Amino acid sequence: MRDQRLWAWHIGAGAVILVLLGLHMTVMHLDAIVRVFNPAPGEPVDWANVVARGKSVFFLVTYVLLLGTALFHGFYGLRNILFELNPGAPAKKAMNGLFLVAGLVLFAIGTWAAWAGFTVARSA
Amino acid sequence: MIENKGRPNRLGVKGWLGGGRWGFERYLYALHRLTGLALLAYFVMHIGITSSRAFGENAWTSTMGVVKGPLFSVGEFLVFAAFAFHAVNGIRLALVELGFAIGQPIEPVYPYRTSVDEQRPLAIGVMILAAILAIVGGIGFLK
Repeated sequence: MRDQRLWAWHIGAGAVILVLLGLHMTVMHLDAIVRVFNPAPGEPVDWANVVARGKSVFFLVTYVLLLGTALFHGFYGLRNILFELNPGAPAKKAMNGLFLVAGLVLFAIGTWAAWAGFTVARSA
Repeated sequence: MIENKGRPNRLGVKGWLGGGRWGFERYLYALHRLTGLALLAYFVMHIGITSSRAFGENAWTSTMGVVKGPLFSVGEFLVFAAFAFHAVNGIRLALVELGFAIGQPIEPVYPYRTSVDEQRPLAIGVMILAAILAIVGGIGFLK
């Protein structure tokens, strides 16, 4: 039952990622067509544009949401691939622990960076 | 799903390479996994690299200077193409999982028909969409 629930979350996270990563790709790579998120001239990765987006609460919230859903989707997908190779019970337990800790650590780093970037952009 | 119901996965990763009677969709399954693994690896690096903006303009500019150049542009395009494929194929997988585009149930009368044939137009359609997305996105990398 737990696996069915996690699988449903995996698909749900995929739907969220589709929207948020689609937006991220539009902002970063379709800037020739859609300029609204990059008000300063130049590349989307130029500091002026990074600051312009970084000031926005919308981008702060969506970055953290994308971070969490993508980490869950990615690590749960990796866990499924490895579990299908029939590892023993101790290896499964170790992988569960490893992916959980790795996901939480990366989420903490990314959330801190998003918040710090937000405060840096607000004070710029 | 990870439950094998007493039928262990004997082929392992080698099973990804042979489509067998599943054909095209089986190769999409393998490619979905490969692109997923590549995207996860890139994402972990991406978190580290983009975190540099927390340290201000100088740190950001110097980090962006390191990841600039034709090699990184090609790499970024491959990531974009992997995203385009993984996203649209993921939509296909979710639709099939929810029972869409697999045809109506039919009597199991010989000669048996497989629902894989019913799914084929969707698989071909999403691959065309993925190719269009990769090409449109790729224009940005040519700048």
